[in-house]
Amino acid sequence: MKVGVLALQGDVREHISALIACGINPVHVRRPSELAEADALVLPGGESTTIAQLAEIFGLLDPIKSRIASGMPVYGSCAGMILLADSILDAKEGQKTFGGLDITVRRNAFGRQVDSFESDISFDDGSADLIRAVFIRAPWVEKIGPGVDVLASVDSHPVAVRSAHLLATSFHPELTGDHRIHRYFIEEVAKPALEKVK
Amino acid sequence: MSEVKGTGRVKRGMAEMLKGGVIMDVVNAEQAKIAEDAGAVAVMALERVPADIRAQGGVARMSDPDMIEKIQAAVSIPVMAKARIGHFVEAQVLQSLGVDYIDESEVLTPADYENHIDKWDFTIPFVCGATNLGEALRRINEGAAMIRSKGEAGTGDVSNAMQHMRKIGGEIRRLSSMREDELYVAAKELQAPYELVKEVAQTGKLPVVLFTAGGIATPADAALMMAMGADGVFIGSGIFKSGNPAQRAAACVKATTFWNDAKVVADASRGLGEAMVGINVADLPAPHRLADRGW
Repeated sequence: MKVGVLALQGDVREHISALIACGINPVHVRRPSELAEADALVLPGGESTTIAQLAEIFGLLDPIKSRIASGMPVYGSCAGMILLADSILDAKEGQKTFGGLDITVRRNAFGRQVDSFESDISFDDGSADLIRAVFIRAPWVEKIGPGVDVLASVDSHPVAVRSAHLLATSFHPELTGDHRIHRYFIEEVAKPALEKVK
Repeated sequence: MSEVKGTGRVKRGMAEMLKGGVIMDVVNAEQAKIAEDAGAVAVMALERVPADIRAQGGVARMSDPDMIEKIQAAVSIPVMAKARIGHFVEAQVLQSLGVDYIDESEVLTPADYENHIDKWDFTIPFVCGATNLGEALRRINEGAAMIRSKGEAGTGDVSNAMQHMRKIGGEIRRLSSMREDELYVAAKELQAPYELVKEVAQTGKLPVVLFTAGGIATPADAALMMAMGADGVFIGSGIFKSGNPAQRAAACVKATTFWNDAKVVADASRGLGEAMVGINVADLPAPHRLADRGW
């Protein structure tokens, strides 16, 4: 499986390292031709307004949209969650997303950087072990549509959701060295989804 | 559930999210909007850009809280602000305003000519300037969660930023090639803590994100800094002291992402109008050089 990491802006390097630790040989995606080579995609943390704008300017917005619609597995962390959401609150005027995930996300919902935090939370992948989650100016999910499962919450706000081939977390597993979420994406989300397409 | 704020990971992690991006100096809400629309990853709120501080002289201080709050209200991206070197009360004020990052900056007039702020004391992360590896590690030892090369702010002359990036990179490469028993003397020579020196020698990089600043005025300047190993770019006077700020800002964002694609940098460089009027660093008398501030 060829997994791309959208490399327009953000903590690309950390996602690349996490994927390598999961036995994947990831590729950087900055151009439509690089996207075409990838079977699955990771949207990194970063500034969602910047990433969306660069994606549009460099012709990636529509191709990513249509790949998502045709079943490409995608995982997004933080800004990546915002980019996967069908609708966003507290957005910059006219801010676009790739969409595909039937959720409404509130940007910077946990507050500014002074409110950024880390915490042990449970993640519903069948393991009872808690996971260290790092929230940085993080969004939360305010509304979910049919077919969206909540995998983790903080103070009753969903912070990890999945719908079929799409996975999103408002925290940053790529910063902790614990690769459980990336492994979950590869094994439980991407592989089954790609099998189905075949 | 135990939520912990202001941890090293949360502070350094915030800087990781800015990587590959451009942080722009702005002096009002209108400029902040222009920067956000152009794709800036954050804005630095200040009363005068470095070129004006240089031209007008006098003591340069933290900005008016009203002005910072107006900028915070105008944009959804992170807002940073500057405190004077060693002025921990200015930093406390900025933290109380909820700015996302504090720049303990040589661009403002220093408040303390011996000590920097004890940055471990704060929930909010700090970025500090450095001209060499020892200076960078001393700032990290004091709690800085992000480093930027200093360059010479307000000049539009990229040569000092280049010199500082080469210096920091060269010193890191030198440490990586040393025997372990030589690192004690290396730490002494760098005037930096041994533990940090050892960490850099082992990993081959700074323990925090390294941006670059000072004198960057064109898309090609931004791309040059990325090619020198910067994780991202601060642009101060270079944008709003130029002929067409909106277009130049967007062009610098593109060139920072596609720094290793000369065709994209070329396209981004077209038709930008007048760049900021520059000052050659060599023409600046030594007392007016900002990069020398910091110890």
